[in-house]
Amino acid sequence: MSSVTAMSLDRAGFGADVFDAFIAGRKEPAWMLDARRAAFEQYLNLLADDLDPEEWKRVDLRVFNAAKFRPLNAAGQESGKPAAMTLLRDQAEYGGSIAHVDGHTAHCHLTPEIAAQGVLFGDLATLLAEHPERLRPYFMSQAVRPGTDRLSAWHAAFWTSGTLLFVPRGVEVELPLHSLISHTQNGVADFGHTLIILEDEARATLLEETASADPNAAGLHVGCVELIVGRHANLRYVQLQNWNQQTWHFAHQAGNVDAAGSLQWTVVGLGSRLAHIHQDVNLNGRAATAEVNGVTFTSDRQKISYYTQQHHRQQGTRSDLLYKEVLRDDSRVIWRGMIKVDPAGQQTDGYQRSDALMLSDSARCDSIPGLEIEADDVRCTHGATTGRVDKDQVFYCMSRGLSRQEAMHIIVEGFFQQVYDRIPIEVVRETLSRTVQGKLGIEAVA
Amino acid sequence: MSSVLKISDLHVSVGETPILKGVNIEIRQGEIHALMGPNGSGKSTLAYALAGHPNYHVTDGSIEIDGVNITEMEADERARLGMFLAFQYPVVIPGVKVADFLRHAISNIRNPERKEGEGLIGMREFRKEIRERMDELGMDPEFARRYLNDGFSGGEKKRMEILQMAMLQPRFAILDETDSGLDSDAVRVVSEGLARLSGPQMGVLIITHHERLLEFNPPQFTHVMLGGRIVETGDASLAHDLHANGYATVRQRHPDAAAENARAEQPTTV
Ligand SMILES: Nc1ncnc2c1ncn2[C@@H]1O[C@H](COP(=O)(O)OP(=O)(O)O)[C@@H](O)[C@H]1O
Ligand SMILES: [Mg+2]
Repeated sequence: MSSVTAMSLDRAGFGADVFDAFIAGRKEPAWMLDARRAAFEQYLNLLADDLDPEEWKRVDLRVFNAAKFRPLNAAGQESGKPAAMTLLRDQAEYGGSIAHVDGHTAHCHLTPEIAAQGVLFGDLATLLAEHPERLRPYFMSQAVRPGTDRLSAWHAAFWTSGTLLFVPRGVEVELPLHSLISHTQNGVADFGHTLIILEDEARATLLEETASADPNAAGLHVGCVELIVGRHANLRYVQLQNWNQQTWHFAHQAGNVDAAGSLQWTVVGLGSRLAHIHQDVNLNGRAATAEVNGVTFTSDRQKISYYTQQHHRQQGTRSDLLYKEVLRDDSRVIWRGMIKVDPAGQQTDGYQRSDALMLSDSARCDSIPGLEIEADDVRCTHGATTGRVDKDQVFYCMSRGLSRQEAMHIIVEGFFQQVYDRIPIEVVRETLSRTVQGKLGIEAVA
Repeated sequence: MSSVLKISDLHVSVGETPILKGVNIEIRQGEIHALMGPNGSGKSTLAYALAGHPNYHVTDGSIEIDGVNITEMEADERARLGMFLAFQYPVVIPGVKVADFLRHAISNIRNPERKEGEGLIGMREFRKEIRERMDELGMDPEFARRYLNDGFSGGEKKRMEILQMAMLQPRFAILDETDSGLDSDAVRVVSEGLARLSGPQMGVLIITHHERLLEFNPPQFTHVMLGGRIVETGDASLAHDLHANGYATVRQRHPDAAAENARAEQPTTV
């Protein structure tokens, strides 16, 4: 299939002219520009390589044309475009917030009390330039590396704006922080990057969302999320992807958890035309734990694909992944999951499960769990189900006076409730519940 | 004026297989009817057909409430007209809290014109009501926060059916073996619960194999089903007699229906 094969630069559409124009406008330190140039070289070389078929063979990229998208010199707000609607920002009290518009940081704020504790939060490029010795060792060198594949290299060459959160050792940030990645203009290519570093014993929560201001404007997001969780640190990170249905979303996302650290990571996929997320959880230190929650609700002709990996590299580590998908209309979801246990990963406790609920005959879901275990004393379980709304459940609800439609809706909400129950942040649970209700109510469910 | 549920010459098929072959029963509000019969005789089929299960096709005859033909109505419309079925096998609905489910149900039953998205019954009023009903049934208030029938024991599920009946206050209630598979304490709770709820406002059809439920709720009428037909109707003493002596004499009196029932029992009964 063409999607996994090598690609000519003509088809990829991001040649040296585009790159030169892009970096010409950037006032960045030499090391950053050098890294971009090196990544661009890698990108050109990687275009000639096939994408990993395990990861990509079910993702059809034939109609994707990158040449239709370009990094933009100015954010839409400056050109008078309306701002994107956010689902989360006005729903809770935040300790800080940042907003990116069309690949440019438009606004950024951190309460002085939190800043006074040495927390860094704001525009990635600015903070990287200001604190290179502290931050550079983390940037695209531990969790996601530029040379992983075509997309990571593409991102490393062109990363536009980004959110950085750095929490020093022992600092606990109680209030959540908010990050918005938004598009306002047709044809925008944004390469947003999120880098979170929690030093040992630090705690923080970041709620991030993506949104489009214009439901009809086509957009491209080639993103990267890097979560670095130190020893005994605890990070709660949510990314709520809510692009319009004209947006392509590709992302490498990885979380590294050190000894006795814990990561609670929630991935929500509601929007986009086609999304592919490569999500890695690396349990790098003894007794590190990760809980991964997925909430996906597709409709129309949307396609959302996940490639998830829970990598147990040390003793006594625990991972627990639960993805729930609801599919309407002609939409499609792909989940390819893997639990990997290294020889050092004795007494691993690994769990992964994906449950899909199909609301129409023409929706399609592929869920493929997998295990690769090289230690002998482990407990790993996996499972995947796909099914339709149970007719007996519908009848039972109707026999209590609920209309067919209301019965379907309550059953779907109940289906998601099981993953909401694992999300430790009330505003996220409530927002998801409300948003899912909204998406259910768009039109009659089959 | 008291309402009447009238079942006339009801024929019901599952798929291509005819199960009920002309059932006639008339139930008035305030009456208690017992429906008995051996396994596979069609009791649950009648219950599902009355509630409007889409797999149970009425091929002939009719079901009416006060002269309104409900045979073609969907289950939710029937429920809003006051029909209630306590399921023999209550369904698990994961992730849906008992309280949320019942609040939706009650809002529709009390406001039959309600459309989805329109207001639900007030939270305070509802909470007070569910707490009182649960208390009467000796249920832990914690139950309201559990997911509907998820992980419930057999007895808890049956009690949940009675709780729903208590909340929805139907005009006509069908209890399909609500007393089966329960220990004697649970049977007592369910029996007393029903006795408290039934009254001049409720017509009840009790499907049972046991005596306890009928002791607490003595029927005015007992119907015996065999091979998809009501073959005998009597008073409470008929139920008593069947409990004491089984169905052998009924089979002897109705050999044709008994033969049909025997055929029906060949496949595994539901
Ligand atoms: N859903 C169904 N699918 C197939 N056969 C059914 C179904 N429901 C009932 N039957 C058949 O109808 C007959 C009557 O069953 P049922 O009404 O459950 O009897 P009872 O409740 O008196 O034991 C049985 O032969 C049973 O196998
Ligand atoms: Mg039965």
